[in-house]
Amino acid sequence: MTQHFRTASGGRIDRKKAINFTFNGQKYIGYEGDTLASALLANGVHLLGRSFKYHRPRGIVAAGAEEPNSMVQLGEGATTEPNIRATQISLYEGLTARSVNVWPTVEFDISAINGLFAKIMTAGFYNKTFMWPRAMWMKLYEPVIRRAAGWGKAPTTGDPDIYDHMHLHVEVMVVGGGPAGLMAALAAGRARARVLLVDEQGEFGGSLLSKKRQIGAKDEMAWIADMLAELEAMPDVTLLSRSTAFGYYDHNYLCVLEQKTDHLPAAERKGKVRQRVWHVRAGQVVLATGAHERPLVFADNDRPGIMLASSVQTYVNRYGVLPGKKMVLFTNNDAAYETAIDLQAAGGDIVAIVDSRAEPSGELVEAVRALDIEILAGYAITGTRGGKRVESVQVRAIQKGAKVYTSAARRIDCDLVAMSGGWSPVVHLFSQSQGQLEYDEEKACFLPGTKRQAQQVAGALAGEFTLKECLAGGYKAGADAARATGFTPKRKPAAPEIDEPALGGIEPFWVVPGARPIGEGMAKHFVDLQNDTTAADIELAVREGFESVEHIKRYTLTGFGTDQGKTSNINALAILSGILDKPIPKVGTTTFRPPYTPVSYGALAGRNLGDWSDPVRVTSIHDWHVENGALFENVGQWKRPWYFPKTGETMQDALNRECLAVRNGVGVLDASTLGKIDIRGPDAAEFLNRIYTNAWAKLGIRRVRYGLMCHEDGMVFDDGTTARLAEDRFLMTTTTGGAAGVLDWLEEYLQTEWPELRVYCTSVTEQWAAVSITGPTAGALLKKLAPEMDLSPESFPFLSFKEGVVAGIDARIFRISFTGELTYEINVPWACGLALWEAVMAAGAEFDITPYGTESMHILRAEKGFIIVGQETDGTTTPQDLGMDWIVSKKKPDFIGKRSYNRSDTARADRKQLVGLLTEAPDEVLPEGAQLVFDANAPKPMPMMGHVTSSYYSATLGRSIALALVKGGHEKKGQKIFAPLLDRTVTAEIVDPVFYDKEGERLNG
Amino acid sequence: MLNIDCPWCGKRHETEFRYGGEAHIARPEDPAALDDTEWAEFLFMRKNTKGYFAERWLHNNGCRRWFNVIRNTVTHEIVGSYKMGETPPKLPKSAGGAK
Ligand SMILES: [Zn+2]
Repeated sequence: MTQHFRTASGGRIDRKKAINFTFNGQKYIGYEGDTLASALLANGVHLLGRSFKYHRPRGIVAAGAEEPNSMVQLGEGATTEPNIRATQISLYEGLTARSVNVWPTVEFDISAINGLFAKIMTAGFYNKTFMWPRAMWMKLYEPVIRRAAGWGKAPTTGDPDIYDHMHLHVEVMVVGGGPAGLMAALAAGRARARVLLVDEQGEFGGSLLSKKRQIGAKDEMAWIADMLAELEAMPDVTLLSRSTAFGYYDHNYLCVLEQKTDHLPAAERKGKVRQRVWHVRAGQVVLATGAHERPLVFADNDRPGIMLASSVQTYVNRYGVLPGKKMVLFTNNDAAYETAIDLQAAGGDIVAIVDSRAEPSGELVEAVRALDIEILAGYAITGTRGGKRVESVQVRAIQKGAKVYTSAARRIDCDLVAMSGGWSPVVHLFSQSQGQLEYDEEKACFLPGTKRQAQQVAGALAGEFTLKECLAGGYKAGADAARATGFTPKRKPAAPEIDEPALGGIEPFWVVPGARPIGEGMAKHFVDLQNDTTAADIELAVREGFESVEHIKRYTLTGFGTDQGKTSNINALAILSGILDKPIPKVGTTTFRPPYTPVSYGALAGRNLGDWSDPVRVTSIHDWHVENGALFENVGQWKRPWYFPKTGETMQDALNRECLAVRNGVGVLDASTLGKIDIRGPDAAEFLNRIYTNAWAKLGIRRVRYGLMCHEDGMVFDDGTTARLAEDRFLMTTTTGGAAGVLDWLEEYLQTEWPELRVYCTSVTEQWAAVSITGPTAGALLKKLAPEMDLSPESFPFLSFKEGVVAGIDARIFRISFTGELTYEINVPWACGLALWEAVMAAGAEFDITPYGTESMHILRAEKGFIIVGQETDGTTTPQDLGMDWIVSKKKPDFIGKRSYNRSDTARADRKQLVGLLTEAPDEVLPEGAQLVFDANAPKPMPMMGHVTSSYYSATLGRSIALALVKGGHEKKGQKIFAPLLDRTVTAEIVDPVFYDKEGERLNG
Repeated sequence: MLNIDCPWCGKRHETEFRYGGEAHIARPEDPAALDDTEWAEFLFMRKNTKGYFAERWLHNNGCRRWFNVIRNTVTHEIVGSYKMGETPPKLPKSAGGAK
């Protein structure tokens, strides 16, 4: 197929460079400089897809980001991308694309039968129809709807492309590289500010790329080239094309998606960054984002071949394509007349101009009259015909104010309808920046009003619709932005003579009635083409009681598509205003949210993938664990050995073996991840006294104490042991996951509440590796490693520490215990961790030393009834709830949390309290998190009396054990409690939480 | 993303900071002297200010200092920041747009 719809000459395409591409399996040829949309139009292809709900044939409507219809599935395999607008895909050699939302083909689509049921598929259809019965959702409705209503398909394999992020600080950021944006960048650049100019298109120039204009002595292309040459020569000006500012956040923080290789053939993309997200902080932002043309809402305004007038002009002038050869123009303003002039000049035929205004006048209207083109003034299109392409329109004389037109209908044959309902400034980024919009009656559009951020607006966004205004407004905005950031702008250049037609007025015309009232009969007046929302849907929504624009949006789906309603929002609003009989500004607008156009997850993730998605912290002994088959558990960012299975062992086998080794011999644990904070200063003891619930002032040097930390509300938030290294120095340990939070907490109180205390905190977690040996033979093992050290209980009692040499390494040895067995926690400099571990393993061989992980650690401590913060506590648990009154000082006048223990709520008797549970069947291990009830036969919903916090099989005890928080549990020991599970109810007895060695006799070996 | 002026480090992205809630709520000197209502007032009750609001921030991924900020909760305008113990800057009369 050859390009029958190319113009004879012109356009910014390179006719010498043919490009082969494939659409829906058919091969075509386009030219370099084409978009997929322009190349398809050049080949006469208008039918690109099917609509969302009714599966009506749809074609290309626009030429840029506002395109609502022509979404395609681009590429194949891992790099395929769904729902990309054909109007924004630069054509490249070998491009393949398919229609979305068609099945089996775009030409013959089975779901188009939906169109026959269109009467029932109105606003809220999905909400109303598929409410009940619930089971039908899973089996029938959802799969069917998903296939019928889905757009493109997400790739099923990982994204192989490379993405990255860059950060940039500039004084002036300019968004939009049209005439206003170029002038703004020039003004700020000449003032020597650091400037960033971004534009979503492959070429700078914006609307000038689509229009012929003489600017002074230059034509538009020479003018753009000269502007770019000057900007490129400025060292502090950065120009980014193919770069969309998609999000405008607080304090002038903007995100820009730069598409670096999407326009290249696959072979040229290899090894390059595909897309880059720029994070920009700007002193001032100049928004010059232009305007989008609005469609007109008339009966069956959705057929392929019905396009925006300015887009037709773009295809003709920029791409050298005739979107049709027999055009009807339907407009309510005279800017659109230029399209007729340009299409005719390029060889097209203008059948008629249908102008809703009774007396159109002005320079462009006269120019068209001079071309002998028929102008039907005071007329409207009231219907269209055509299957996969528009074939004719029906026009009638407008009867002002009437809901039904009875005037005579006339049929006009055509293959292209260009429509223009006026212009909507692209206020998206301005709105994202929290700026307020104001409705301009004369220009019939919303314009930026009160701004919230340090910014300027210019060009069509500011309602400056002529080139002359754009150039002047752009320069002023750039100069103002430079001045506001401390630069002195150069004198404004003299305004060039510009050859452009004078513009007449616009008469808003929001919805066109026909021979029958809107919503009656088969005709559809589409407002949102992507979501198939019609004017009748909006009327229905109002009849059903919706009035707020935000509710109407959600009920009718207007503006909810991937195009975010760029062509539909204002029409929907205006139609709503008409139905409610409220002025447009009173109806209000919906919220514009980022992203302006869709952004792929790959780009957002950048390089933060896989191993780089989050920092991984490992101990100095980690490699040994890996080599010895440990399975790992994530604790915060740390990798901790979970357990060390031997060949053929199940997880439970391994846990049983590890736990029994600790109880009967000696086990070894890598405890390096515990948080460690060095606390120094003359007031350190006083500080600990206020932070912990127990007393610290009198703790002897070289002594260790266990402490609980609570928030002011009395709830436990961390625990650990703290050793007194010297009169003015302590070493605090925290939970592995809580270390950063505890340090924050300490520093917060030192800085904000008690700045008079002379205390300094330093995290030393990664300065000390810790190897914990535990079990009845731990003493004998340590004796081998530190023969000089006096390990007698008199010299080295429980809860004390010594400094000495262990396996040739200077060490601190702490006598603490989380297993209930004799335990030495040997701390050595981080870099010596592995050497110590290996020495311990070698010396321990004769004791059959067994490395164990966090899971066995959890079982061993549960056997002893020791809590784990975050498992037995959940932020609503007091020390008293845990049965730990013994650690709450009665003597200290004040400490954090103390006052709250007397609050009526914390003093309640029926608070959830920590208890042990023994299941009736000893092998039954309760699921952690299981809810507990006192009456297994109570009617549902049963009163929940608590939940299981920890639950294990204990090899030591030869049965299961569990810890639980139970309402009033401390007083309920001996009572039965039930865990109703999905398939059975488990019975258990409430017992003391200490299951093993209640007297603590094993602590000394 | 807010651009927050740390009194020690200067302006930095919000991601370097941690929010600390309403400022100038001192821990009572003698909590035991407060009745339950007064204690609950200190523990739980915070202003839900629409407009200029004094709040605490921690430069946790920076100098690790706590400081105060006056921020307009409607516009996110930051009037100024000041160290703990310093007097707050004068509040603007009304919440205006950016200059
Ligand atoms: Zn700082």
